Amino acid sequence: MPVELYLNVAVSGLLTGLIYGLSALGLSVIFGVIRIVNFAHGEIMVMGMFATLVLFRHLGIDPLYCIPIVAAALFAFGYLLQDLVVRRIVHLPDYMQFLLMAAIAVMIVSLCLMIFGPDAQGVQVAYAYDSFQIGPLLVDKVRIYAGIAALVVSGLLFAFFRYTDTGKAIRACGDNQVGALVVGLNVRHLFALTFGIGTACLGAAGAILVLLIDVHPYLGPSYTLLAFIIVIIGGLGSLPGALLGGLLIGVSEALAGLVFQPSMKSAVSFGLLILVLLLRPQGLLGKEVR
Amino acid sequence: MIARLTDGLPPRALALLAAFAAVMAAAPFFASDYVLSVLIISLYFAFVGQAWNLMLGFAGQLSLGHALFVGIGAYTSAALFTHFGVSPWVGVVAAVALSTLMGCVIGYLGFRFSIRGVYFALLTIAFAEFTGIMVDNNAWLGGSAGLFLPVKNAGSIDLLNLRGPPVLFYYMILILTGAALLLCRLLLNSKLGLYWQAIRDDQEAAEAAGVPLFRYKMIAVAISSALTGVAGVWYAFYYNNLFPESTFATGRSIELILGTVVGGVGTLFGPILGALILTPLGELLTELTSGLQIDGIKTFFWGFCVVAIVLFRPSGVWPWLAGLLKLDRSTGGDGR
Repeated sequence: MPVELYLNVAVSGLLTGLIYGLSALGLSVIFGVIRIVNFAHGEIMVMGMFATLVLFRHLGIDPLYCIPIVAAALFAFGYLLQDLVVRRIVHLPDYMQFLLMAAIAVMIVSLCLMIFGPDAQGVQVAYAYDSFQIGPLLVDKVRIYAGIAALVVSGLLFAFFRYTDTGKAIRACGDNQVGALVVGLNVRHLFALTFGIGTACLGAAGAILVLLIDVHPYLGPSYTLLAFIIVIIGGLGSLPGALLGGLLIGVSEALAGLVFQPSMKSAVSFGLLILVLLLRPQGLLGKEVR
Repeated sequence: MIARLTDGLPPRALALLAAFAAVMAAAPFFASDYVLSVLIISLYFAFVGQAWNLMLGFAGQLSLGHALFVGIGAYTSAALFTHFGVSPWVGVVAAVALSTLMGCVIGYLGFRFSIRGVYFALLTIAFAEFTGIMVDNNAWLGGSAGLFLPVKNAGSIDLLNLRGPPVLFYYMILILTGAALLLCRLLLNSKLGLYWQAIRDDQEAAEAAGVPLFRYKMIAVAISSALTGVAGVWYAFYYNNLFPESTFATGRSIELILGTVVGGVGTLFGPILGALILTPLGELLTELTSGLQIDGIKTFFWGFCVVAIVLFRPSGVWPWLAGLLKLDRSTGGDGR
């Protein structure tokens, strides 16, 4: 039985890890191209979670169908944020960018608090208590759906960057901004697009995550940190690294919650982060960036 | 030493500073309890902001985990006091020792492994959050239920155990803030300060010119974390209760530095000015909207202020105000 218990927990951690990975992709895309560290990451995802909550409560839309709607809304938000605000501060020292994003994060948390209040709220879908029996494993239906949805969205993102012209153009901007300008790419538009894609990932991740956990305004900062941990472990700017990091953290958190106490699980992540920063600061799959 | 402090300051700046100090010192005699409490919080933010500014504004090292040092200072002195009855005047020594040690550990890891910029900031966050979780799981420190200091009759002043009315804490934090201002002015105009600024402005150039980077960065972190540890002791005895969640959270670290960002990173008077602008405005806003029962409006406004400052006046309010007051050339604040 213990082996099956561990296996069960690991599988559910793996599925959660897929969502973590998707959310971390949003961070990685933005950093990899625009070189902006999005300190408002988790808070933007919480916006997506609240948006899903509203759609579910008032229009009765299943969170899984909310994914494209919320992603589109947050795409618009990210596009405008980059084009109206972030673009203006790229010439300032790094810490000013961090502070700006951190201040935007504070504003989002406060706004959510003003609108939705401090209490945790969740969605109750009809299939919330169903589960699948796979051999010895018993996995929640919600978690399976959530994991698959995260995988599909991540797949779409990879395909976009690999096969579409716009995706290639964005990668070109990330590799060499001056070169991209020289060959006539509209870098300003592409950067805004990138930021929008990053936040759209967050919207999708948020819509999926609402299925698994209750949302409250103060959830943001811990997910910002989690995404940073994942992305740094995987390698800042590396997309496969972000997914890998997400899976690693998902599984290790789940197992740590089982072996130690649930409240200790984020300590394990922070411990991992400190180790990776010291031993391999560029991350598992990252290239040296300085 | 006095000469070094006042050297290069126009008499105008000295006069203004003296007037400001006099007003602050006299404030408890005419301010209401409520105004005094707002001033107390403002000065607390000014003091911690000054300590944080020493690291980023002078030496160019961004910490986003300064709540860690407040927390260590607060928990150390408070635990010694509640469990063993150790006077905070003794506790502060242990508190400063521990928070400086923690600062040095983070600094050593960060600078030895040349972790820079955002990575260093994340290292500070990770340490703060990690410590918060550890305290949260530690029964001796009260865990998540919190650590409470025994409150005696608030009317009498027990200076030895730092038990007394708010006015006692007002003067303490006022003295601390003033002392930190003087200390920073001294440091900034010393060789040490010049080395720091060289590292801040161009680390490679400073290294090439023979500035021992590691040593001077370590000194900056050590002084900054020590000062912040002192603030933690004050914090514990003023509020009388400590919760790991709110003490070590990254949001708290951000809150500590907002005033300095608004006032002007790297300036001497910026942290004080910024804290005295932001905190009262936030409180005023809370007061004005208290009938509406809206949580979060104060922090929303703070965030908005910082966004506005970063976008439109990234050097902060103080350099601009100093210009208006014609204190431009090495002012009562700006040592540059």
